[in-house]
Amino acid sequence: MAITNNRLTVDQYAENFSDIHPPFETKDAALTEANRCLFCYDAPCMKSCPTGIDVPKFIKQITTDNVKGSAHTIFVSNILGAGCSRVCPVEKLCEGACVYNFMEEAPIQIARLQRYSTEKAMELNWKLFERKPLNGKRVAIVGAGPAGLSCAHVLARAGVEVTIFEKESKGGGLMTYGIAAYKVTPAFCENEVNYILSIGGINVQYNQTLGKDFSLESLQQSYDAVYLGIGVGLARQLNIPGEQLTGVEDAITFIYNIRNNGFASVPVGDRVAVIGMGMTAIDAATQAKRLGAKKVTMVYRRTENEKPCTQEELDIALLDGCEVIWLAAPKEIIGEQNRVSKLVCSKMILGEPDASGRRAPVDTGETFTLEVDMVIKAAGQTPYYSLVNDAQLQHQDGKIKVDHGAITNIRGVFAGGDCVNGGKEVVDAVQAGKDGAAAILDYLNVS
Amino acid sequence: MADISSTFLGIQSPNPFWLASAPPTDKKINVLRAFEAGWGGVVWKTLGSQVKNVSSRYSAVNFGAKKMMGFNNIELISDRPLALNLKEISECVRLFPDRAMIVSLMADNNRESWHELIKQVEDTGAHGFELNFGCPHGMTERGMGAAVGQDPDIARMVVEWVMEAATLPVITKLTPNVHSVVPTGKACVEAGSNGLSLINTIQSVTGIDLDTFVPNPYVDGKSVFGGYCGPAVKPIALKMLTTIAQNPVTSKVPISGIGGVSTWKDAVEFMLLGASNVQVCTAAMNHGFRIVEDMCEGLNNWMDEKGFKKLEDFIGKSVDKITHWEDLDINYHHVANINQDKCIHCGLCYIACEDTSHQSINLTYGKPYNTYTIKEEECVGCNLCQLVCPVNDCITMVEKRVAPEYLNWKEFQKRGLPLNDH
Repeated sequence: MAITNNRLTVDQYAENFSDIHPPFETKDAALTEANRCLFCYDAPCMKSCPTGIDVPKFIKQITTDNVKGSAHTIFVSNILGAGCSRVCPVEKLCEGACVYNFMEEAPIQIARLQRYSTEKAMELNWKLFERKPLNGKRVAIVGAGPAGLSCAHVLARAGVEVTIFEKESKGGGLMTYGIAAYKVTPAFCENEVNYILSIGGINVQYNQTLGKDFSLESLQQSYDAVYLGIGVGLARQLNIPGEQLTGVEDAITFIYNIRNNGFASVPVGDRVAVIGMGMTAIDAATQAKRLGAKKVTMVYRRTENEKPCTQEELDIALLDGCEVIWLAAPKEIIGEQNRVSKLVCSKMILGEPDASGRRAPVDTGETFTLEVDMVIKAAGQTPYYSLVNDAQLQHQDGKIKVDHGAITNIRGVFAGGDCVNGGKEVVDAVQAGKDGAAAILDYLNVS
Repeated sequence: MADISSTFLGIQSPNPFWLASAPPTDKKINVLRAFEAGWGGVVWKTLGSQVKNVSSRYSAVNFGAKKMMGFNNIELISDRPLALNLKEISECVRLFPDRAMIVSLMADNNRESWHELIKQVEDTGAHGFELNFGCPHGMTERGMGAAVGQDPDIARMVVEWVMEAATLPVITKLTPNVHSVVPTGKACVEAGSNGLSLINTIQSVTGIDLDTFVPNPYVDGKSVFGGYCGPAVKPIALKMLTTIAQNPVTSKVPISGIGGVSTWKDAVEFMLLGASNVQVCTAAMNHGFRIVEDMCEGLNNWMDEKGFKKLEDFIGKSVDKITHWEDLDINYHHVANINQDKCIHCGLCYIACEDTSHQSINLTYGKPYNTYTIKEEECVGCNLCQLVCPVNDCITMVEKRVAPEYLNWKEFQKRGLPLNDH
C-alpha cells in the first residue's frame, strides 16, 4: 500500500477528468430543449436561483435566435453564469423547481442551456456591458473569488475604479481551486475570469494576502470603500488521535493540488477514506478514484436522509465506484511508521434533532476498522477566525456579521460570500457580491 | 369495424382520403407509392398547356419546435409532357382499379382548349375531373387558375364549356383568395359542376431571410407570393367549407374538403362540416404517404366508439351548429375552474388573464410556487386561461347560466337590458 502519484496514462487522466455535463453539441439540440420550456410567469426556476436569473427569458431568447440577448439576461444577474452552469447543484435549485417535475416529465435542462448561451458569449467575446463614465470613486476588494468578482463587475459598470487583492496567482477562488476538475477545467476558469475582467476598470493584484502583504487599515486609507470576499479556507479538524500522520490530508488541499498542479503530480493512496458527505467530500472522493485510487470509502456519521450533498452528487460518487458507510464517525487514525494504516470508526445511531434540525448522530460505543493508507478530511471548512477577529470585525465564530446583506461594523467596510455565510454555493457568493456592490454604491452615493 | 369506404359522385374509394392535386400526384412513381401505402384516391396534378417551373419552389413557417406549421409553394401545374401524364394515368388506373383517379385540369381560357383537354383525359380511364380555378401563382397572370375562380362569371362560363364536353363527373376546386367562396361556388354549381372542392392555397409571404432581405422562397434574389397551405390554414378552410355547406345552392353538391388536413381528426372535422371526403397534401409532403395508415385506423376507431357504421352517418353533423352571432344565447355563462391537484404553478393562466383579459385570477405568492385561483365574479368565461394551460383538464369551464331561458342579442336589445359594467 502506498500513496503515489502518476498512476495513470495521459489519456486515462484526460478521460477521467473530462466534462461530466457535456454541452449541447448542436444548435438544433439546444433549440429542441429550449422549445420545451413553458415560459412560466414568476417562474419557480427563477425564484429558486439565488441570483434570480430570469430563466424563462434567457431560454426564450435562445429560441428566437437572440443568443446575445440570452447571454446578457444571464450575466446581468450572474456574471459567473458560465461557471455556475457547470457547478451549480441545479437539481436543488432551478431545475429542481421546474414545473415539469409536477408533470413527471424531465425538467428543462436549464444549466445546459445556460452553458450554451454563456459559452457562445465567451467564445465570441461579446461585449455585453458598458461602463458608465468614471465617477472618481475607488474601491478595494479582497478576494477574486465569485463574491469579489461579482461585486467588482457591478462596481465597474457603475463607473467605480476597482482593485482586487488576491492571495493566489489566479482568480476565480473556489471555482478555480475548490471544485472537481470534471465540472470546470482550469482553462475554463481562467477564460471566465478574463471575460469578466474584460469590462475594464478592474485591476487585480495577485499573490497579495490580507494580513501578510497588506492590512485592512491600509486599504481603508487608500480607498473609498473595501469589500471583503475572503471566503473560508481552513479545513475543519477532526480532533482525533492520528490526525497528524502522513497520509492524512484535508479535501481543500487535495482538490487545490489537483486543480493547481496537474493530475499526474497529485499523490493518492490505494485505499482512501473520505470523511464527510458534503459537496467537497464528493469532489474529493470521486477525484481520488479518478486519480487511480483502488478503493475509496466515504464515511459519514449520519444516514443518507441527512446527507448534505444532493442525490445527483452522491450518484456520481457511487457510479465512480466509491463505497459509502453511513452512521460512522472517525474515532482514531492508526499509523505504522508514521504513515496511515487504519481508520477506526465509531458506529452511530440517530438521536434527537440537533440545532440544524437533523437528527444528531449518537455513538453506540461499537467500532469497526478500515484498512486505509490515506484519509481525506472533508468535514467542512472554518472561517479565517483570527484574521477577522484581529481586524476588529464583528463576527460569529469567525463568520463576519453584516447588516443588509453586506455592511460590517466598520464604516466603509463591506463583506459577503463564504466569509459571511460560512460556505455556500458559488451562486450564493455571486449574489452576495451583487448585494455588496449595491450597498457600496449606496454608501458612496453613486447611482 | 365501421365501413370507411367512400363514394363521391359515384366514384368509389376504399377510404375518404385522397391526395390533392399537387407535387405528390405528379408522376406514376409517386401515385403508385401512394396507392401501395393505402390512399383511397388521388387527384392527378393539374394538366394544361406547357409550363416551366423555377427553383426553389417551397418555403415554410415553423412554430416553436414544430416544422412546417404552414407551407407555401410557387410551383405551377404539371411541367411534364401531356402525353406522358396521360399514359401514366392509364397505367395507374389499370394497376389500382379500386382507387379513385381524378384528374385536375386547367386549359387555356377558351372553349376549344377545354374540350380538347377533356377528350384526351377521358380516354385514360380516369374517374372524374377537378377544375383548377384556384392556383394563386403563375397561372393567374395568364388568365387561368385563381383568375377564373375569383370572377364568378368567368368561372360559370368555363364550367359551362366543360360540361358541354365532359361525360365524367366534374368537381370544381375553389380559390380562397376571395372575400367569399360562395359566389363562385354558386356560379359553378348553377353552370352544372357536379361537385365542389375547397380550399386551394392562399396567397402568402411566409417569411424573409434577415441576412439577405429576400422573402421566401428564394429565386435568385427575388420571390413571389406563394400558395399557403398546411395545418395553419385549416381553420380558414373549415370556415369557407361551412359557408359552402350552409348555402342552399352549393350544399346541393358533394364537397371534397381540402386545407391543412393532417390527421384523421382533421378529416372528421371537415366531414362534420359537410365534406364528403378530404384531400391531403402538405402532411404527406411532410411525413410521406405512410400517414394514411393512422388516418384510416383512427377514423375507424372513432366511428366504432361513436357507433357510426358508415361515413354518411356523421357527414354534415356540425353544419347547423355554426349559427349567426345574434342567435347565440346571452344567458349562457361559464367560468374557469383551476384543479389545484393538477396545477403545475407555471402562471401562464394568470399572466394571460392579468395582462390581456379580465384580471380574474388571484395570485397567492409562494416561494417558489405561487397558487392561482379564479375570481369567479370577474371571470367572463373567455377560455383564455384554459387555452394557455399546459396541463390537460387542469382548467375546466364550469357552466353557470345567468338565467335558465334562452335569450339572444336581438331580444336583449328589444327588452332594453343593461350592458356590461366592467
